[in-house]
Amino acid sequence: MSFLKLEHIHHTYFTKTSATTALSDISLEVEEGEFISFLGPSGCGKTTLLSIIAGLFPATEGTILLENRSVNKSEKKIGYMLQQDYLFPWKTIEENILLGLKVSGIEEAAKKKYAFTLLEKMGLKGYDKQYPKQLSGGMRQRVALVRTLVTEPKLLMLDEPFSALDYQTKLRLEDLVSETLKTFGKTAILVTHDIGEAIAMSDRIFLFSARPGQIHKTFNVPKELRDLSPFQSRNHENYTQLFQEIWKELESLE
Amino acid sequence: MNKRQTVELLHKDYIKQLTNQKRWVRFYQLIIFLVFFSGWEIASKKQWIDPLIFSAPSKVWVLFIKKVQDGSLMVDLGYTLSETVLGFILGTLLGTILAAILWWSPFLSKVLDPYLVILNAMPKVALGPILIVALGPSMTSIIAMGAIISIIITTIVVYTAFKEVDPNYLKVLQTFGATRSQCFKEAILPASFPTIISTLKVNVGLSWVGVIVGEFLVSSKGLGYMIIYGFQVFNFTLVLLSLLVIAVFATIMYQLVELLERKLIKSN
Ligand SMILES: Nc1ncnc2c1ncn2[C@@H]1O[C@H](COP(=O)(O)OP(=O)(O)OP(=O)(O)O)[C@@H](O)[C@H]1O
Ligand SMILES: [Mg+2]
Repeated sequence: MSFLKLEHIHHTYFTKTSATTALSDISLEVEEGEFISFLGPSGCGKTTLLSIIAGLFPATEGTILLENRSVNKSEKKIGYMLQQDYLFPWKTIEENILLGLKVSGIEEAAKKKYAFTLLEKMGLKGYDKQYPKQLSGGMRQRVALVRTLVTEPKLLMLDEPFSALDYQTKLRLEDLVSETLKTFGKTAILVTHDIGEAIAMSDRIFLFSARPGQIHKTFNVPKELRDLSPFQSRNHENYTQLFQEIWKELESLE
Repeated sequence: MNKRQTVELLHKDYIKQLTNQKRWVRFYQLIIFLVFFSGWEIASKKQWIDPLIFSAPSKVWVLFIKKVQDGSLMVDLGYTLSETVLGFILGTLLGTILAAILWWSPFLSKVLDPYLVILNAMPKVALGPILIVALGPSMTSIIAMGAIISIIITTIVVYTAFKEVDPNYLKVLQTFGATRSQCFKEAILPASFPTIISTLKVNVGLSWVGVIVGEFLVSSKGLGYMIIYGFQVFNFTLVLLSLLVIAVFATIMYQLVELLERKLIKSN
């Protein structure tokens, strides 16, 4: 039985002047502990799909099953990191990372300790009393990741978490995130524009085409790459081959 | 001389320049003050202006001392100040609460929208006579005047600020399963704090207007009554004394709000 199952998801946005079909007939399955990526051109409905899986709004059609049950917002099994960090500027780093616990009313000492352990793991020890504006973009992104992980979600969704960062920080964070998720055995969905990032980080890649958003093709990342850290896998010979393959598919879409 | 010393020297020069400029600003401010009051005094003494209407600083001062000594100024000031402070707090608080209700129910806010526009456009002081008849010629109706004048504008401004909060902050909270009231407490209210504080500043001025007009109408005590009474018995020294006292205390209140602003907005 798969961990996450989407069946025939359609979504249309309605406004006064238009009806935009963002997603059309999306069906896919994700196994527990798997890391998958959504790759595709801008506007193909990636953010829309994540929002629907997170239960922020219902799809116009289709069903979503998480561990065989329909998604319920109050269960908090899903952690969703938005396209930008959206740290609350009026809260300290500590208050920001504990937000999830506060909102769900589980402010136990053990959970708080876990939050600080994560912060330390991200190399941000001692920053807890500072405000977000005192941190650099990469640091803020890491804090946002800690905030998402603190509630221990079973499924983690990351919407272009590294797109606003410089290349070096991005490579370093990829390794950090990949390692963190592996140690905690999390299932994850990553949205990205970056073919290399998708190959380096994931087990499977869904290539989306736009207007309306559809799954164009699925790629399995070979086992040799999956076992490597993202940084090492970028240097592997099979990496270039898969890169070319996906690149050609993307070209054919335009 | 090495580079670091040069920089330090330049910095010292810069600071010196700043304090120097500040001194000159203070100097000219003092000059304006002195010229205004001595000019007023001389013009009145030499009868360039009608001393019966424009009085003179010395006469105002004498009256001030007399009214401080017999305690009557403190009584009037006490009434007006407490009415203004209460009206100000009530107006701001009720306006913010109304804004929260409108945010809570988008449907209600759509229904009430045209009425808010009408209420906002209407000159609130025109409601004075009705308030006095309804609530009685007492402090209550004056406080109501001080509050009513700022409620609607506060509601509109604060509600707009609530609506403009980036919806992605709410998304973050919703992924944690937050309820609507948690969203309000954690995101909407703190994000709108700067706007609420800036309406406080506007409301200080508005409340003074409401209270003084209220006192004109009720005509029993307070600084507004001092003005109306002085006008009726043609004692313009009394009118001017009241005006100067109002100017001083309105300024103090405004400064206090600015102090509060600096305390609260520190983190943002
Ligand atoms: N709230 C909305 N109302 C109406 N249309 C919307 C809304 N949100 C998204 N859309 C439309 O739906 C389509 C998919 O948008 P979405 O944000 O999911 O794309 P995306 O794949 O995440 O793009 P990007 O890579 O640029 O983030 C777009 O055509 C967009 O214009
Ligand atoms: Mg997107």
